[in-house]
Amino acid sequence: MTYTIKTAQNEWEIVCGLEIHCQIISKSKIFSGASTEFGDDANENVSFIDAGMPGMLPVLNKECVRQAVKTGLGLNAQINKYSVFSRKNYFYADQPNGYQITQYEYPIVGKGKVKIDLSDGSSKEIGITRIHIEQDAAKSIHDLNPKKSYIDFNRAGVGLMEIVTEPDFKSPEEVGAFLKKLRSIVRYLGTCDGNMDEGSMRCDASISVKIKGEQGMRERAEVKNVNSVKFAMQAVENEAKRQVEIYEQGGTIEQQTRQFDQTTGQTKFLRLKEYADDYRYFPEPDLPPLYLSDDYIENIRQEMVELPDAKKERFIKDFGLTAYDAEILTESRQTADFFEKAAKGHEGKKVANWILGDLFASLNANKLTLEQSPVTPEMIGELVDLIETNVISGKIGKDVFVHMWQSKKMPSQIIEEKGLKQVTDTGAIEALIDSVLKENTANVEAYHNGKTNLFGFFVGQVMKVSKGSANPQMVNEILKKKLG
Amino acid sequence: MAIDNETVKRVATLAHLRIEDDKLNATKEEFNKILDFIEQLKEVDTSSVEPMFCVNGGEVPMREDVVTDGNLKEEILKNAPMQEFGYFAVPKVVE
Amino acid sequence: MTDLTKLTIHEALDGLKNKTFSSVELTNAYLNKMALGRKYNAYVLETPELALEQAKASDKRYADGTNRALEGIALGIKDLFCTKGVRSTACSHILDGFVPEYESTVTQNLLENGAVFLGKLNMDEFAMGGSNEHSFYGPVINPYSKEKPLVPGGSSGGSAAAVSADMCAAATGTDTGGSIRQPAAFCGIVGIKPTYGRCSRWGIMAFASSLDQAGPMTKDVKDAALMLKAMAGYDAKDSTSSKLPVPDFEKVLGQDIKGLKIGVPQEYRPDGLNAEIAAYWDKAADMLKSRGAEIVPISLPHTKYALPVYYIIAPAEASSNLARYDGIRYGLRIDGEKLDDLYINTRTEGFGAEVKRRIMIGTYVLSAGYYDAYYLKAQKVRRLIKNDFEEAFKKCDLILTPTSPVSAFEIGDKSMNENPINMYLNDVFTVSVNLAGLPAMSLPIGLDKKGLPLGMQLIGKAFDEETIFKAAYALEQDAGFERK
Repeated sequence: MTYTIKTAQNEWEIVCGLEIHCQIISKSKIFSGASTEFGDDANENVSFIDAGMPGMLPVLNKECVRQAVKTGLGLNAQINKYSVFSRKNYFYADQPNGYQITQYEYPIVGKGKVKIDLSDGSSKEIGITRIHIEQDAAKSIHDLNPKKSYIDFNRAGVGLMEIVTEPDFKSPEEVGAFLKKLRSIVRYLGTCDGNMDEGSMRCDASISVKIKGEQGMRERAEVKNVNSVKFAMQAVENEAKRQVEIYEQGGTIEQQTRQFDQTTGQTKFLRLKEYADDYRYFPEPDLPPLYLSDDYIENIRQEMVELPDAKKERFIKDFGLTAYDAEILTESRQTADFFEKAAKGHEGKKVANWILGDLFASLNANKLTLEQSPVTPEMIGELVDLIETNVISGKIGKDVFVHMWQSKKMPSQIIEEKGLKQVTDTGAIEALIDSVLKENTANVEAYHNGKTNLFGFFVGQVMKVSKGSANPQMVNEILKKKLG
Repeated sequence: MAIDNETVKRVATLAHLRIEDDKLNATKEEFNKILDFIEQLKEVDTSSVEPMFCVNGGEVPMREDVVTDGNLKEEILKNAPMQEFGYFAVPKVVE
Repeated sequence: MTDLTKLTIHEALDGLKNKTFSSVELTNAYLNKMALGRKYNAYVLETPELALEQAKASDKRYADGTNRALEGIALGIKDLFCTKGVRSTACSHILDGFVPEYESTVTQNLLENGAVFLGKLNMDEFAMGGSNEHSFYGPVINPYSKEKPLVPGGSSGGSAAAVSADMCAAATGTDTGGSIRQPAAFCGIVGIKPTYGRCSRWGIMAFASSLDQAGPMTKDVKDAALMLKAMAGYDAKDSTSSKLPVPDFEKVLGQDIKGLKIGVPQEYRPDGLNAEIAAYWDKAADMLKSRGAEIVPISLPHTKYALPVYYIIAPAEASSNLARYDGIRYGLRIDGEKLDDLYINTRTEGFGAEVKRRIMIGTYVLSAGYYDAYYLKAQKVRRLIKNDFEEAFKKCDLILTPTSPVSAFEIGDKSMNENPINMYLNDVFTVSVNLAGLPAMSLPIGLDKKGLPLGMQLIGKAFDEETIFKAAYALEQDAGFERK
């Protein structure tokens, strides 16, 4: 279903493209040997290069290149064997050199595409325009002094991948789905931790609107540094609405930069695009071009991990999962790995139910991550087997899960210790039934007089006497025979 | 291609330099002399020439991803005209 | 006792090895000369305590036999080199009081070869200029001046004057468009700009990154060979540094030049060329010929575009390289209410007129709409210039030209100061070498009628400084230039 903004006069469509800055996971910075560690003392992880001292020169970090190529492959993109670093010139307190080393005409990664799944069951491809690598800026601290800002260069020079998409987004939902998918991919690849709230993944959205069916594009507004998926969706929705309102009142939109206000959910004006944006790009003379060989790219391709889309399909095929379950289980690599470990040699669909049901509920209730879970994949696998082989009933299984969570013991051990093993011995069950029937002669008589719905009562009584350990199916069968 | 005072001002703004109004004309004239001079290049046919950004060819060398630098807080801040609490201080930047 | 300061490096090394004198004695002799020669304004900072400390250490090494290649030799260092713990300003107001916490690779190499540093040498601000009149510390006076003070050339004017007036055994220089060779010619000394990539640029304040090279400025060719060997070498900190091994240049001195093909470019001999210079050029060619070299006419058809190309590329790179001087992390700061005021105040006050002129030109040629017409065009013509040299070097091993179309002129010369282009024209024979990244040496050939030195330039193939040294040594013998 297409998303539009309907007004009395018109039906408006959104045109939106994204630029996502992803901090590259590497030990040292992209052009210096200083640590990328986050949260250290101000200006601690800074080299003379990062501080833009006179005479300093950049030296490219191998790992940042590798990570960008990996990400490119993960986004089904063209890897460019020739790329060039350029300088983007502008003055800002957080830009020590007065220029940022980035890539301009010749980025390391070219066109690619990412599939997103939408709530109505449809899916869509979002085009990737390019990925280039560049250096992050320093951080300004504004709240320590009413008259001054303070600069900390710890972040200056950390490697970034800027992922640019085509203007393919037509709804806030698509934006959200894409960001989640991208985050999941970079996390799978281990190229970016994807933590938008910590700023290691930052999103700029370029938004314009047009009347349905209208050709061409109208002026767009760029909303900078949105730091969550939810905010990105909100920013797109509200900025589009704002533009529609202006157009409908006879106004025009000028190309501009805006900021997202988290408290109101609205965007606010920052500045017009003007000649301050004349960045005077030119090839970085301190760095010769970057050449990648076919072998180099092929080696990285060989080392690629299975990505969420492929994993999801495999889970559906191999384990008989529903698309929905597979989607959730593959969102993060940790969850997928947990599932796969648990499902190995066991009934996959049942394993998925336990993970998505009891395990996730318990984790949520206790505010724990999967890594912190007291319940291991092995426990879940064994639990599913015990139920499948009628050693315990599903109901007892629930109790066993609670014990597992508390004691971190294997389910078999818990069953042993608590005597929860299901009774499957026909003789023993017959004896139980006989005693129940003997004590309820009035009901037996009533049953025989036509009150057949008392059957359930007898089953309940037998289970009660057995403390839940009798196999319910056998109880059913024997009881039926006895009552004739 | 002669330039005007407006262009001189715009370039000065980009370069973060101030040119006093009474110096504008002189700056413009000097600017135009230099532009006239470099304008000669127009006569060279470069339609089939690749630009040369890197004089001795070669490709960018890459270093291993190892932490070898940093922990220079004192040295980094030593020459700062103004520093407070281990930060470089600047006039308030309004976001 | 002989004046120790008159000795060349190789002569002084003999004396030191034979214990005829000590490094402390030698250093003191220079310190005395420096005090007497302050009228030349060659030094912007004298570091006698440091020098004597280093000299003492050298004497100890001579005593215990651990002396190195330049042990105890007192050098002057151009102020463009960052020297640890010693003020380094590029002779710019904007770097007031800047004391680097690091040592440039080239000066570090010299220190590791046992050199003694006497102080920092005057230069055109950020190496922009050809007369050393653009220094925040005032002009340098050419030791050859008679009634009226003459310029020493630039930008390494302090280096050339100090070597010429025996205020150091030799000096470091840097050359972006002729800044070693032209002052060497004006002051009657030897200077070589090595192949781009031969000497590390790390720790040298950048002017135009794709053109800058450091090199030695010495009393004779042999000293240049010794000193370049010590300065040069691969440096992992400079991504444009060459991994080729540095040959022992001294070894080729005195080798036969029979059969060597010396190219003489027709285009370097315009009608208006100064007759004395033209005559010395012919004389130099004859000297080489009489030793069995072959003189071949060559053509460098794009040479006339070298200056306009240079005056696009160098300012463009400079406008970006000098953006880091913003008053925040080091050097001069003229406060302002807003951050932009701080930048503009500091940069307007901190940079001199020539530097500002070049920043403006560089900013303009890179700005939106002009990049293709100027910068890109210049980089294309630059390739044509390089191709010219490659063609020429198919016919010859070396190219012989004058270093400069003029000899030293008066400080404050009207025509030079009226129109910046007139000053730029002095680089006509030198800039193409930087554009093509080639090595070239200037050596004194004789005096003109005014009694001022003239220099000849020998241009070599990339990374073939050895052939230059071989021919230069022969030419030096035959020219019999008497040092001041």
